[in-house]
Amino acid sequence: MNSNPMNFRIAHIATNTFREAVRDHVLYNLIAFALLMSGAAILVGQISFGIERLVVINLGLASVSLFGTVIAIFIGIGLVSKEIDKRTLYTMLTHPVRRWEFIVGKFVGLSGTLVVNTFFMAIGVFAALLYVSRHFQKADVWVLVALYFIILQFLIITALALLFSSFSSPLLSAVFAFSLFIIGSFSEDLRGFAAMTNGLARWITTGAAYLVPNFSALNVISSVAHQQPVAGHLILYNTAYALLYTTMAISGAVLIFERRNLK
Amino acid sequence: MTAIEILGFEKTYSVGFWRKKQKCALKPLHLQVQEGEIFGFLGPNGAGKTTTLKMLMGLVFPTAGTARILGMQLDDPRMKAQIGFLPEQPYFYDYLTARELLEYYGQLSGMPARSGHGRVNETLERVGLSHASDVQLRKFSKGMLQRVGIAQAILHDPKIVFFDEPMSGLDPMGRREVRDLMAQLKRDGKTVFFSTHILSDAESLCDRVAIIHRGELRGVGAVADLTSSVQGKVEIVWQGTVAPAGMKAWGVDFHVTGKTVRCVVTEDQQDAAIEMLRRDRLRLISVIPVRTSLEDYFVSKLKTGKMEAHAGVGS
Repeated sequence: MNSNPMNFRIAHIATNTFREAVRDHVLYNLIAFALLMSGAAILVGQISFGIERLVVINLGLASVSLFGTVIAIFIGIGLVSKEIDKRTLYTMLTHPVRRWEFIVGKFVGLSGTLVVNTFFMAIGVFAALLYVSRHFQKADVWVLVALYFIILQFLIITALALLFSSFSSPLLSAVFAFSLFIIGSFSEDLRGFAAMTNGLARWITTGAAYLVPNFSALNVISSVAHQQPVAGHLILYNTAYALLYTTMAISGAVLIFERRNLK
Repeated sequence: MTAIEILGFEKTYSVGFWRKKQKCALKPLHLQVQEGEIFGFLGPNGAGKTTTLKMLMGLVFPTAGTARILGMQLDDPRMKAQIGFLPEQPYFYDYLTARELLEYYGQLSGMPARSGHGRVNETLERVGLSHASDVQLRKFSKGMLQRVGIAQAILHDPKIVFFDEPMSGLDPMGRREVRDLMAQLKRDGKTVFFSTHILSDAESLCDRVAIIHRGELRGVGAVADLTSSVQGKVEIVWQGTVAPAGMKAWGVDFHVTGKTVRCVVTEDQQDAAIEMLRRDRLRLISVIPVRTSLEDYFVSKLKTGKMEAHAGVGS
């Protein structure tokens, strides 16, 4: 029997996670997205004047974000708990697979699914954009940056869903993940609120503001729709932030899962 | 060489709303299984068999104690490459076909893709699933899933195979095939550790058995030793439909089946009984010492609650 490097095992688990998503018809959401974008492009072209691009970019990117977030949460919360409930983990973990490799493989697999999904949605957004304005503009490159930020957001949400899935039921995991997504989307407001408080309240709100994921910073949809460029340092900051936050959440999931009894 | 060595495995669960109550699932367990033997882990439902197996597989962590498989720690991936495990009532990724599942597990076990393909076909053939190799597992019956479970456990040619209730869900033909497969694994030099509450399976297959009840080891030993204890009684069978008057006076039960009579007497009465049959011109067919069956031993161990180790026992 040949030895199997750890990165190969992670790749096999990730590939199987992607295959599961495809066979469970997760990518069918692309059909709904295509219909939405086609309808929006046709409708916007008829009822608006001069703001077609603004509407299409806003609607398109917001839909990419929403569709992907729903997939990340609903699949992410089942990545571990479903395997425990269905007892598929029993045979998986008795093969030469370490528990952390299983978690990382699952994360990579779902993230890959979301990237593929986002890629096809991006094609839809650009197709709609081309339809309403007949040509691309130089500023459209910032749409790609906004899509990149959306993918970073998916990485964080997937990691959080996986973290919750490693210790709680799917229902509670969904509640936790959605709550964090909503709070995280208003994290700038939370930080602003923290700045207005004093004493203990300031400590608590500031702590909470920095603990929840800062999805506000990852949301540049509105500025991109207005053809405003995205600063280079923001791209670097957001990349580092998302990778750090994701690593911490995955590490937490691994720490919990390494100690969990699979009854 | 020792294949499996359990050194004081113990499991206690915290139960109740505040998790303050302790429930003991397994009392300290010491057990050794030698390489190349078929070892039966027997006990009624809820005895602690599955808990022990899950701890050996690293799925559940022991509260105390440890174990070694092939001299290696339980979390060592090199050890896991040399074992196979069939859980009780196995479930698999039902969106995969049997072939895809085996290929996936083969990849995780480090089987090269080229030789892996041939090995998958060979294993599917061995468990009688060649005809359904490209059918999604969600369309499989319980018995077919059990066969897939056995296939994934032996696919990578492990040195030790652990089966948790391997006959569960199988029809009589399937049970026989699994028994044959386990016997073949032994002939191939593999060690087989399996849990069951079906004693006839254990009696016909195992070299040694351990009996566990309410989380406590009650007995362990070679099947031949456990079943050869003469109870001081003999079974006498003769041709005819009647019993000698002298034997009727002993108050023993006579069982008439067709043209043969069978009764059980003590060893002290044996010679006298044979003499009576000769005198009444009844043709003697057999005189066989009554032996303790594994079932008798099993039941006695559950009732007495006393640990007993027989000669040749590795624990």
